[in-house]
Amino acid sequence: MRQIEFERRFGDQWTTLENWIEAHGGNKQIKDRAPASVVPWLYRNVCHQLALARERRYSPLLVDRLHQLVLRGHHVLYAAPAPGRDGFWAFLMGGFAREVRAQWRVVALASVLFFGPLLTLFAAIQVWPDFASVVIGPQDLAEMQEMYSPDNERLGQRPASTNTEMFAFYVWNNTRIGFQTFAGGILYGIGTLFFLLFNGIYIGAILGHLHQVGLGPQIWSFVASHSALELLAIAISGAAGFKLAGALISPGLRSRKLALVEEGRIAFRLIGGAALMFFAAAIVEGFFSPLIIDPRQIKYGVGIAMWVILLAYFGFAGRARGA
Amino acid sequence: MLTPLDTAHRVATPEGVELNLRVAGPVPRALAWLIDFGWRLAALLVLAFATSVMGEVGTAVFLLTWFALEWLVPAVFESRTRGATPGKRALGLMVVRDDGAPCTLGPALTRNLLRFADFLPLFYFGGLVAMLSNRQFKRLGDFVAGTLVVYADPATVARHIPPLEPKRPPISLKPDEARTVLDFAERAAALGPARATELALIATPLLRDHDPPTQQLTQYANYLVGHAAD
Repeated sequence: MRQIEFERRFGDQWTTLENWIEAHGGNKQIKDRAPASVVPWLYRNVCHQLALARERRYSPLLVDRLHQLVLRGHHVLYAAPAPGRDGFWAFLMGGFAREVRAQWRVVALASVLFFGPLLTLFAAIQVWPDFASVVIGPQDLAEMQEMYSPDNERLGQRPASTNTEMFAFYVWNNTRIGFQTFAGGILYGIGTLFFLLFNGIYIGAILGHLHQVGLGPQIWSFVASHSALELLAIAISGAAGFKLAGALISPGLRSRKLALVEEGRIAFRLIGGAALMFFAAAIVEGFFSPLIIDPRQIKYGVGIAMWVILLAYFGFAGRARGA
Repeated sequence: MLTPLDTAHRVATPEGVELNLRVAGPVPRALAWLIDFGWRLAALLVLAFATSVMGEVGTAVFLLTWFALEWLVPAVFESRTRGATPGKRALGLMVVRDDGAPCTLGPALTRNLLRFADFLPLFYFGGLVAMLSNRQFKRLGDFVAGTLVVYADPATVARHIPPLEPKRPPISLKPDEARTVLDFAERAAALGPARATELALIATPLLRDHDPPTQQLTQYANYLVGHAAD
């Protein structure tokens, strides 16, 4: 079949599909729109005609036009639907916990690398108090001491700051630390390793120092309530980073490229869940943690309850009944 | 088989045809980034002035907007129908998945979070090295998310073979040769007469009479697309 004949015979189908895609993309000028039910049929026809046009060496412009049409049709037909509210809810109510359990190896690795230095530094400073100024500059330590001074009306804040401001700061800062810990995984895990160790050492040193100088009541009643959310979120961000590193270091029977995409999907679920935890932690840390409640034991109780609830969530949420 | 010397990325669709995606290189992507960086910076500066009179709530609004502009907003743009941030749209680029399907929120967020790694050690140097070391110009974030940055709809040029009296070529042409003649006839008008003649003269075995070479090839093209010769 000559090209002219080909164009004459199928040209109407091309125009119909072109118009439909235009109208679908929001072009209001197109009034005459084919019913959606014929679109897959039309699309498959045009695919077939593109193959024919290429094989028969029709003119490049015709091939380009058909190719363009197939490409646009492909985008419309293969657009994945948005996950929607149900998907998000299912993730929150169990999907996230299931993912964390399934990835327990990297979660455990990240936890050891984060909580290990944290506890070590804390203990070390109780024995050798001067060690704190090796890790953190004396000026920063003084500032910290001011923030947790017993004279403050609110805990953990400079007197000039307010709850809303601090909440926004925690979202902006802490979530970013989580994201960095995750993204560093692509450097064969070195970035993740660095951020986990660094944050573990830093947090351990501050807690150790403040406890050692006698500000224990202030610091503990501040950090207790949000500690579970925030610390576990850091560990899970690290786990997400190690998923990327794992894909590069030991891809198994896949190419590294494919492994990275597949593990990346899992890592995204982990870091997405961690981001939600950071956000929740920021709410608690901004609005509840600074309150001075008498007796302090109430806040310790809240903190312990948060740990129990979160660990129970990661241990049991999303398990099928009877499984 | 020879590998073609271009940046086309081929994707086989379930319908059994190949799509050629034209992958965008570092320069247009850097320019797109610059535009995006510019509007984000402008938005934050305006917001900084606007919120400075609002006190503490202003600071909170500013920080939360900053957070959203940095991590979330670009991904939302890239997962919408056009698949592009304003900068990419200005440069005619869009983000698609490796199989040519539109980018969804998950991959868009993933590639955006990985920007931090691409930035290292300084000013996206890592991302540039990554892009230059693979055929699809993927930065690290594109590898993890399984995405490509491609040119969106290339402007369709309204060109056609000028209608002339069809003439049968003096020798029978192989399919690829015929296609080359068609390609020439479609583009000759855009070339300028001297250059067109120069190119047409390459097809020496086809040129038989004293008409201008461009005209002769155009006549053959008219015959080849199916206008009957008399």
